[in-house]
Amino acid sequence: MSPGLRDEYDVAVIGAGPAGLAAASLCARAKLSTVLFDEQAAPGGQIYRGITQSPLADRSILGADYWAGEKIAREFFASGVQYVPRATVWSVTAEREIGVSTGGGSRLLQAKHVIIATGALERPFPIPGWTLPGVMTAGAAQTLLKSSGIVPDGRTVLAGSGPLLWLLAWQLLNAGATLDAILDTTSRESRARARTHLPSFLISPYLLKGLKLLRSVRKRVRVVSDVTQLEAKGDARVQSVAYATAAQGAPVGMPVDNLLLHQGVVPNVNLALSIGIEHRWDEEQLCFVPVLSPSGATSVPGIYIAGDGGGIAGAQAAAWRGVMSASDIVRAVNPEAARRAAKAARTTLEHFARGRKFLDAYYRPAPQFRVPAGDTLACRCEEVTARQVIETVALGCPGPNQMKSFLRCGMGPCQGRLCGLTVTELIARERGVSPQEVGYYRLRPPVKPITVAELAELPKDDAAVKAVVRI
Amino acid sequence: MATADVVVIGGGLHGCSAALHLARAGASVVVLEKDHVARHASGVNAGGVRRLGRDFAEVPLSVASLELWNRIEELVDDPCGFERVGQVKVAEDEAALQSMRERSETLRRSGFTHEEVIGRDELREWLPAVAPHCVGGVVCRDDGAALPFRTTLAFRRKAESLGVRFHEGICAQAFERSGGAWRVWSPHGTFEGGALVNAAGAWAGEIARQLGEPVPMAATALMLMITAPVAPFVKPVVGVQGRPLSFKQYANGTIMIGGGQRGRADLATNRTSLDYARLAFNARTAADLFPRLRHAQIVRAWAGIEGMMPDGIPVIGPSCTQERAWHAFGFSAHGFQLGPIVGSIIADLVTRGATGLPITPFSIARFTPGAA
Repeated sequence: MSPGLRDEYDVAVIGAGPAGLAAASLCARAKLSTVLFDEQAAPGGQIYRGITQSPLADRSILGADYWAGEKIAREFFASGVQYVPRATVWSVTAEREIGVSTGGGSRLLQAKHVIIATGALERPFPIPGWTLPGVMTAGAAQTLLKSSGIVPDGRTVLAGSGPLLWLLAWQLLNAGATLDAILDTTSRESRARARTHLPSFLISPYLLKGLKLLRSVRKRVRVVSDVTQLEAKGDARVQSVAYATAAQGAPVGMPVDNLLLHQGVVPNVNLALSIGIEHRWDEEQLCFVPVLSPSGATSVPGIYIAGDGGGIAGAQAAAWRGVMSASDIVRAVNPEAARRAAKAARTTLEHFARGRKFLDAYYRPAPQFRVPAGDTLACRCEEVTARQVIETVALGCPGPNQMKSFLRCGMGPCQGRLCGLTVTELIARERGVSPQEVGYYRLRPPVKPITVAELAELPKDDAAVKAVVRI
Repeated sequence: MATADVVVIGGGLHGCSAALHLARAGASVVVLEKDHVARHASGVNAGGVRRLGRDFAEVPLSVASLELWNRIEELVDDPCGFERVGQVKVAEDEAALQSMRERSETLRRSGFTHEEVIGRDELREWLPAVAPHCVGGVVCRDDGAALPFRTTLAFRRKAESLGVRFHEGICAQAFERSGGAWRVWSPHGTFEGGALVNAAGAWAGEIARQLGEPVPMAATALMLMITAPVAPFVKPVVGVQGRPLSFKQYANGTIMIGGGQRGRADLATNRTSLDYARLAFNARTAADLFPRLRHAQIVRAWAGIEGMMPDGIPVIGPSCTQERAWHAFGFSAHGFQLGPIVGSIIADLVTRGATGLPITPFSIARFTPGAA
């Protein structure tokens, strides 16, 4: 347990990605007592993972956008934030009491303001065979590259859709990996619908970089477009991937050792939902997002969400969203600094907002890759199939919370992170209503597991010992 | 306006059970549930089917209820996950064991033989992994546990198959008796019935108040937690004398740790919040009894909203102020096992005006100054 932790802080920031780093820096520079908890050993989050200790000597492998994280990290270390790495925040209450585990011990502390900057998760990709060994998310492959300099060994196929898919392909190729193919699941319908948002995309900062990246990857890898069906096949591990395209209906097989899947990222809402923060279904991004003010204030007083956890807007926007939240808090102690920071942030965010709608529409994952059928697993922790969910809806089970009681889906160690959206969308489709009406799992703390011993050793409270009831 | 012989307020286990037994007796019934069936304490409790350690006033009801649990599939067409794995209460010292012996003897004199005191060795036959300091305990062999959400839903489905109509998302807000009938208002319409049953759990106090008989009930959020699977090491449901604990390992290896520790409940929003200092107390008790549990990972903790009476026993019986109104609420964190029998008692009271079981101690009159 970190001995230097206080019982109270002005600001507690959770997550050391761009949003968390920028928010914490601004608060600390305004002389607010600020602590930042992060699960990793070093700052950077997912996007700038390992930014201060990358094993990759060749900076061109990960690209200039990655190394932009260095500046944010440097400012963070100079700001006077109390930085607590390898710390797991397992609970935050609406009263801003924080339960955090560090070094095998847990403690509770209180914050006047909390900024949640827990970022995004990869969207579930529940195709037949997605749980076979050898199938992993593209994000997991990227983590291995960034933190250990490891690239997949053997025949490797990337399948899915979205800007990060291409970024990873590019980074893997730069690192010397061979990619046998990219199976692009971006649908014709999505591409057609995205056209209405094209004008704003053309003047967005994403266009040039994106095109350059796409061209560079396409030159080096075979790309199969309009993939409409995907299946991972194999006995003990994946041996082949079968796919069909819009042009040719019959599935084609391709032998693989590694199948990397990715179809975009969605906000990591577990902590926010467990606090009771209001969320809504976002039909453009096909996920639940918290309801936020422009500065990231949530429905719970004193609690903010910054970065992709508040809705996907990307890494560069994330840092500025962190600044927006922090400036709202800093306003009370230094209105001038807050005003300046917020102004700069607003201008930059408008810049990045351009083109986001195009990206969302263009890379909108197709329904058959979001809503599984038959014996395909929806919940991998408890091994619940799509068919079971569908049958249980027919029994009169209207939502994911009742589904938990019937099937235990969402009750495993991942706490719904890998099945929440799948189960909500499955139920919504079966019932013919919107995901908003179906809702999401009611999430329960601890949002990350802690041991019985760790909970048992929380500081004793006399009132707790007395306030028991006979059962 | 929807009309029925009986309007039941509350779609928890007690409301569903009352509706089922009333329908079996030939009554037409509507159930009004402000959220969804089994949303609160009925759906998220520890699922203990326990006679062990009950208040003496509850023992006859609890024993009768177990008879219904023993043929639960006959009653509701579903096994409800009921397993007669036994319930064990551990004595950590000689004084605790002595008080168990005395209690068991008192029960025996009243004709109840379900609580058997066991010594050090027999305790280890029941619980091989129990900590060395434990000296004995008391067991109820035929007690066990069931799945609360599944059970409540089974009662609901069976009741529906007998014609009971359930209205979910309907919050009954005002009650009036006139012309020999009850009229119940909700924002979504009015319901009329000859009789009224208040089975509204933690929300039942407001109904009692409107009926002119307020009760000192407190709403609380009872906390439970569950671990990731560990190798099976305990079969029965386990409690301990002198410290609140309810402990059970499921077939999939997960362990539920409860024990009546209170979090905070908000009746208006259904929000509950956990009090970790108090959950920590439960974790300590569990780890003291079963040291191997220390390394188990807690993956989830939650709380169900429940109504607690100051004397720890429920209100069951007729209204003292109104014609043809009955109460079944305030089960104070141990109402699950009583669900089957209390529904039957309420049906008897509504349809015949009497029950064969001793319910006088549960009268709402005990909270009315000057009343009998």
